Amino acid sequence: MRLRVLAAMSGGVDSAVAAARIAEAGHDVTGVHLALSANPQSYRTGARGCCTIEDARDARRAADVIGIPFYVWDMAERFHRDVVEDFVGEYAAGRTPNPCLRCNEKIKFEAVLERALALGFDAVATGHHARIVDGVLSRSPDEGKDQSYVLGVLTREQLARAIFPLGDSTKARVREEAARRGLMVADKPDSHDVCFIADGDTRGFLERRLGAAQGPIVDESGQVVGSHEGAYGFTVGQRKGLRIDRPAADGRPRYVLSIEPVSNTITVGPRSALEVTAIVAERPVWNGPVAEPYEPLACTVQLRAHGEVYACRARLSGEEVHITLDAPATGVAAGQAAVLYLGDTVIGSATISTAA
Amino acid sequence: MKPAYLDHAATTPMLPEAIEVMTAQLGQVGNASSLHAAGRRTRRVVEEARESVAGALGARPSEVVFTSGGTEADNLAIKGLYWARRAQGANRILVSAVEHHAALDPAHWLGDRQDAVVEVLDVDEFGRVHPRTLRAAVERDPGTVALVSVMWANNEVGTVQAVPELAEIAHAHGIPFHTDAVQAVGKLPVVFSGSGVDALTVSGHKVGGPMGVGALLLARGVDPVPVLHGGGQERDVRSGTLDAPSLAGFATAVRIAVERQAETRARLTELRDDLIRKVRQAVPDVILNGDPADRLPGNAHFSFPGCEGDALLMLLDAKGVECSTGSACSAGVAQPSHVLLAMGADAVRARGSLRFSLGHTSTQADVDRVAEVIGGVVERARRAGLT
Ligand SMILES: Cc1ncc(COP(=O)(O)O)c(C=O)c1O
Repeated sequence: MRLRVLAAMSGGVDSAVAAARIAEAGHDVTGVHLALSANPQSYRTGARGCCTIEDARDARRAADVIGIPFYVWDMAERFHRDVVEDFVGEYAAGRTPNPCLRCNEKIKFEAVLERALALGFDAVATGHHARIVDGVLSRSPDEGKDQSYVLGVLTREQLARAIFPLGDSTKARVREEAARRGLMVADKPDSHDVCFIADGDTRGFLERRLGAAQGPIVDESGQVVGSHEGAYGFTVGQRKGLRIDRPAADGRPRYVLSIEPVSNTITVGPRSALEVTAIVAERPVWNGPVAEPYEPLACTVQLRAHGEVYACRARLSGEEVHITLDAPATGVAAGQAAVLYLGDTVIGSATISTAA
Repeated sequence: MKPAYLDHAATTPMLPEAIEVMTAQLGQVGNASSLHAAGRRTRRVVEEARESVAGALGARPSEVVFTSGGTEADNLAIKGLYWARRAQGANRILVSAVEHHAALDPAHWLGDRQDAVVEVLDVDEFGRVHPRTLRAAVERDPGTVALVSVMWANNEVGTVQAVPELAEIAHAHGIPFHTDAVQAVGKLPVVFSGSGVDALTVSGHKVGGPMGVGALLLARGVDPVPVLHGGGQERDVRSGTLDAPSLAGFATAVRIAVERQAETRARLTELRDDLIRKVRQAVPDVILNGDPADRLPGNAHFSFPGCEGDALLMLLDAKGVECSTGSACSAGVAQPSHVLLAMGADAVRARGSLRFSLGHTSTQADVDRVAEVIGGVVERARRAGLT
């Protein structure tokens, strides 16, 4: 069936090839670049889905080469509210957000998808490296580039309208294909980091928005071992940049164990204290081929982007998912997504609230 | 099916006659400044083009300064006249709020980077500059006004200004008056000598000539400081080797467009009025922007409440109707039009606007195509809402 497809085009190589493939498959494709900043110069070029003026031009040029109509949609307000403010708010609350994931959830597959459907499109295609077969999400064959984690929050309804034309390809293949198709973005560098933090300095970005707020760094016994300029600058599992005055009794490095925003306290301790096996996560989404697991389900879980995969048992209880890891994990931060897999297939996800 | 091209105000197809003379000239060698036979032959083409443009627009050949288009002509008029007048102690620039960016931006640049004081002349809800507005601004301190610039007809909403009357107000105080007549030539009677203006901008590709060529008509004794310095080919006011093939095409297009102006105007007015009638039928709450009577014959500019212009544009494009939101982009993101905002529209209404502009190739079938699809398109765009 010939579908009317909106291809989100960031100006990068992946989304350009994705649009080209879906057009070549005979669908009626329109390219749309999402303008995410009211002040485009301030964003990083090549950043994922984001918009410097150069990226907008690259996207338009790619659309012209492919031979599809191209438009720019102004999503700056929505992006600011749902991604940037959310990012700042999550850090302020002592959690560690993943803005790419939030952008997929709230912008590409909510705001853009809804508008596309209203305008008569059937689906939204992106250049994500992940596979969708019959609405079921699974990993890309390119392990290093796999993005199923940042898509794991999408609902079944969202996935039903998503097309990922790069699902079966490695990044190297995509670049080759871009060159073959005459897409000038073929050797554009990969995006990285947070697109809306132009200089890559997350801490400085948060400080400008949240202000400096000095607070104590304590050890597990509650003894003050140092001070910090703002709890939001830290992530659970972090070791560098703590500037602790007194060495630990055992002389070993110390890590951030928890962040308490109300008392503005950072607790640090040895690596062993970071180890967790019991994770509670909220706002569950069941988007895979298995039913909600009211009984413990043996599966695997990924706890951060490009992170390790752990064997676990997951059980749904009310609005929470209880995840018990077979072997301990470290650096598990509240606010990150726990994405559950059976093999390479995503079965659901939830947002980590506590870990012990 | 061939799309209905209703964006003639952006650019209009070249006239076959203009293509013919231009392509014939492309094969010829010769720089119009050279003294040998090849140079003389080229110079003849250029000077005939000059005479032809002058004749068509009621100017003397010596009053025609060829440029690379409307943008350059506007820049030369605004910056050049400002610099010339600045040397005489005048530093105020009076420009209408609805000018094209090619005129507005040079004025603001002079204000931001040099010592000009830019005073923007307010317009009414139809986009008209009232003579009393200009008179009040001038009379506040006539000796300090460097120049006045008010366009002949607006490119977005089509409103025609009372240029001769406005020019007279400036003249009463010896102030040079510039008008951007890019959209007016070939659509309205434009006679330079009778209009009382000192400088008038024309662009080739809006009248059926090639892109990248145009002219500034400059009355005798009006001498802007050059913007482009070099060989001084054009009255020492503009430098650069003259583009003989383009000028031949340009002159032919201007001549024919002016010859056919009355007929074009009558035909386009009828088609345009039919378009307005049919759009109103399909979308009863549509708002027609611009002067309801005194407007460019091919212009129909609407606001569609509850719609986003971009969405309308996309949906119409998919249905084979090519039109425009008529306003500038910034990194491809549509900005609410400064013209509509100046006319008192709010940003939401401004963003929900579309311009249909008809030209010499427009037909009843184009209008009927819009009539056929506009209702469904607006309904769909409304469902998609404003974000
Ligand atoms: C009123 C007006 N002035 C100036 C210009 C610029 O002319 P050109 O495209 O020849 O530079 C245009 C064209 O968009 C116009 O409509």
